Amino acid sequence: MKRLLALLPLVLGVILVQILATYTGKQFYLTQITMAAYYSLLIIGLCVLMGYAGQISLGHAGFFAIGGYLSAALTTRNLVVIKSAGWVRLLDACGFLQGGKDSYGGDLLVVTPWASAIFAVLVAALIAVVIGIPVLKLKGHYLAMATLGFGIIIYRLALASPWLGQADGIAGVPPFVVLPGLVVRGDAADRVQNYYIAWGVLLLGLFLLLNLIQSRVGRALRAIHGSEEAADAMGVDIARFKLQSFVLSAIFAAIAGVLLTHFNGGIGPSEAGVMKSVRFVAIVAVGGMAHLWGALIMGVALNFLSLRGVFGSYDDAVFGLILIVIMLFAPNGILNLLASPKKGKVNPAQSETRQEV
Amino acid sequence: MTAELFVQYLFAGITYGSIYAIVAIGFNIIYNTTGIINFAQGEFVMLGGMIAISLLPLLPLPLAIGVAVAVTMLIGALMEMIFIRWLKNPSVLRMIIITIGISILTREAAIHIWGENIRALPYFVGNEISTISILGARISPQVLWVVGVCGVMVVFLHLFFQATSVGREMRACAANRMAAILCGINPRNMVTLSFVLSAGMGALAGCVMSPITYSQYDMGTGLAIKGFTVAILGGLGNSGGAVAAGLLLGAIEAFSVSVVPLAFKDAISIAILLLILFVRPHGIFGSAEAARLKTF
Amino acid sequence: MKKMMTKMALGAMALTLLAAPSVWAENIKVGAILAVTGPASFLGGPEARTLEMMTETINAKGGINGNKIDLIIKDSAGSPEKAVSFAKQLIDEEKVLAIIGPSSSGETMQIKQIAQDGKTPLLSCAAAEVIVNPVASFVFKTPQKDSDAVKMIYNELKTKGLANVAVLADNTGFGKAGAEQLAKIAPEFGIKIVENEVYDTKDSDLTAPVAKIKANKEVQAVINWSVAPAQSIVLKNIRQTGWTVPVFQSHGFGNIKFAQAAGAAAEGVIFPAGRLLIAADLPADHPQKALLLDYTKNYESKYQGELVSTFGGHAYDAMLMLEEAIKVGGNDREKVRTALEGLQKLPGTAGIFSMSATDHNGLTIDAFQMMTVKNGKFVAYPAQ
Repeated sequence: MKRLLALLPLVLGVILVQILATYTGKQFYLTQITMAAYYSLLIIGLCVLMGYAGQISLGHAGFFAIGGYLSAALTTRNLVVIKSAGWVRLLDACGFLQGGKDSYGGDLLVVTPWASAIFAVLVAALIAVVIGIPVLKLKGHYLAMATLGFGIIIYRLALASPWLGQADGIAGVPPFVVLPGLVVRGDAADRVQNYYIAWGVLLLGLFLLLNLIQSRVGRALRAIHGSEEAADAMGVDIARFKLQSFVLSAIFAAIAGVLLTHFNGGIGPSEAGVMKSVRFVAIVAVGGMAHLWGALIMGVALNFLSLRGVFGSYDDAVFGLILIVIMLFAPNGILNLLASPKKGKVNPAQSETRQEV
Repeated sequence: MTAELFVQYLFAGITYGSIYAIVAIGFNIIYNTTGIINFAQGEFVMLGGMIAISLLPLLPLPLAIGVAVAVTMLIGALMEMIFIRWLKNPSVLRMIIITIGISILTREAAIHIWGENIRALPYFVGNEISTISILGARISPQVLWVVGVCGVMVVFLHLFFQATSVGREMRACAANRMAAILCGINPRNMVTLSFVLSAGMGALAGCVMSPITYSQYDMGTGLAIKGFTVAILGGLGNSGGAVAAGLLLGAIEAFSVSVVPLAFKDAISIAILLLILFVRPHGIFGSAEAARLKTF
Repeated sequence: MKKMMTKMALGAMALTLLAAPSVWAENIKVGAILAVTGPASFLGGPEARTLEMMTETINAKGGINGNKIDLIIKDSAGSPEKAVSFAKQLIDEEKVLAIIGPSSSGETMQIKQIAQDGKTPLLSCAAAEVIVNPVASFVFKTPQKDSDAVKMIYNELKTKGLANVAVLADNTGFGKAGAEQLAKIAPEFGIKIVENEVYDTKDSDLTAPVAKIKANKEVQAVINWSVAPAQSIVLKNIRQTGWTVPVFQSHGFGNIKFAQAAGAAAEGVIFPAGRLLIAADLPADHPQKALLLDYTKNYESKYQGELVSTFGGHAYDAMLMLEEAIKVGGNDREKVRTALEGLQKLPGTAGIFSMSATDHNGLTIDAFQMMTVKNGKFVAYPAQ
């Protein structure tokens, strides 16, 4: 209950922003805040992996893309021509398919958004387990390389597979009816609703993670971050906890990918690019590494500014500059610099020495 | 596969491999003295090529390359002095992010200086269609330049680190910083020197490969990724390993064309590399012991 | 501590709300979403410069019907998600009259529906035919049809008596659309595609795939379909392996830089393109000649060291059409849309445009001219 109360100011803030935006006639800001909120969902997941479990991932855009691409492909690839095939009939019988008309009047038979979303997230989780087991045995730069490699593989597959649209990506992704009356889509008319859906998902994610890091799991993760050997000696099952946080962050990324893809109505290969992964890592670092609130705030703020194009052609340059300046002058995150550090409370991110990447 | 095609693939692999190896060696130089992976390494390659091309109307080719290498070395020194020299005990992650930031800034500066167009140095010998025949395969003479420069670099670095006192001091800093200080070595200067050396190597690489690959403001990222992959596979800090790993990756890429569509080349080659890494977590040519010693 | 964070979060969000866009008076707002930086910057760069130049010219002579143009260029860096965000921003917030761009077909397809729903004319600078086929009433495109370029090439192959071709395409949307059209139209001309590879725009050397297709003795000609600089590497590698096969390029070769980059290896390649590249050689009475020379002169004197390319030309045509449409329709999206659809016999850089309700491209196969490279210059094919 106390933890729920901690979220209250943020909830009020979210509501206040919406009211302010609507009242001042600037509701269009909500579009980019919504998009930024979805990216932040990935970022807080990554924050647990990096800041608490101490494992870097330079491939998280890959999980985002798995979620986004699978749900986009399944909800747009027309099965009408093969509707008599056994597996298609079986899916239909299970209620996983929906019919309809495309924008030009042709018949459509596609997987429902709910079924696609669940499938996409499950696949992402499964892939995270399969690659997580060997990858998380690596350390330092070798771990960075392996996760980077995973991200590149996903990017290349998206760019090379006709089923995933190659360079064009997938457009025309239908709206996602989460519950009757609750629809994830990018139309101007549904802006306020989607703003609250995005924040609802993000706050739920934040709440789950805050609980997690206060629990036994969180203590174990911090122990791993501090010293793997010591944690091991204390009987912490290192491999399992590392894998769990890896899979959890992958699931967060995939959910973010699914929802943003439905919101945007499409996805392209740039979402899987290496620079995206680098951005996510950088935002976690800028937020203060083991700092869920910092990650969330920096995630929303930086993505919002970038998506609005306020820096024009200097978007990457400004981003690079922010990275360098914060890492040079405030390596524990900009928020830690502003907030006066409390004595006696050791933040894992502040113990800089012996930090595993 | 005919013998001729086999040799042709082999030479293509050697071309790619040498390019990756030169970049990987740049990573290793800095890693060996500092334990840092400098993700701006690809940018040195880009800068070398771009500066030499800009100087070409004013200077003859060898001189333009020489000046470009010198200027890039200076930029390398400045980078280190501005961003890295004064940090106390930075963590590995912090260094990764700072060097990524430097890489982004350099790239963005480059597009505003040189624009988005591709440029190229002229072929050192002959032109775009010159070709020499080796064992039935035909390659551009420029490939020999790339392979040659790569070979010279490895030999030079080996001699430098093993036989000169400066080189030995640099290795001493990497092995044990405190002991090095006690011996009167200034580790900060050694770190600067490693950036200068690495920038020079990168710039030279950028010049020799420019006729083949062209130079463009954003070429650095791709090269850095491939170079990093090769450096890891060869065992971080091991230049001989880097060459072997580079040639292996090049060969995988070249020969993979015969079995899988070209579009999947990178996905396949990196998947193979990951599998190797899972079996030998410290790279093919790195020793497990050395990898453990380099804790961060 | 947490409270502090939350307060700051609120502050940060409130701040962003204050950063409202400045309000312009009476002017006509035109939006542009272009990949000025990023992997497709070789398209977006010249497009953005062309639009800036044209806006300056239009405003210098007093605007259109006395209304000046406010050009808002948004740099998407080639990312669809940014294009989506910017399209919404330009339509809902800036309330632009029309949007020029995006540079790539992927981005265009992602915002096609947004422009249609927002009832805002979109003039895409990307080539893929899916953009205007099927037609969405508000979506137009200025580059020539891929299928026409394919037909030009296949016609030439037929005259030369060549039937078995190898197709090398890049992995951009342009390459993808081209490869699809090449495969689709091949049977019509009795052409057989015997080898097919897709290369990356950042590939540094392509000797291996070239060696592979060279080893296939059936191959009689190579079609290298790309819009990226890497296409020049293909040309070099083909000649470096000592292969004298006839090489065809697409209209994506329409930037003299690509020919210069391939140097001697570009000599003799054949490709269809708009007449912008050979403007000076056109007969004096050609309807496009004056306009082409004018664009070339203005662009090359304004941007020293830059040479005009067909990519910039696509943005030129978009602005030109818009200018004509605004003269009729004023500052009204629906009227401008109708005017765009009604444009007839308008000479542009890519060809002579005649739009209709079913044709939102307006160009025919006549927009193309077969060209070749001779002594490092583009000349009409067959060369004199």
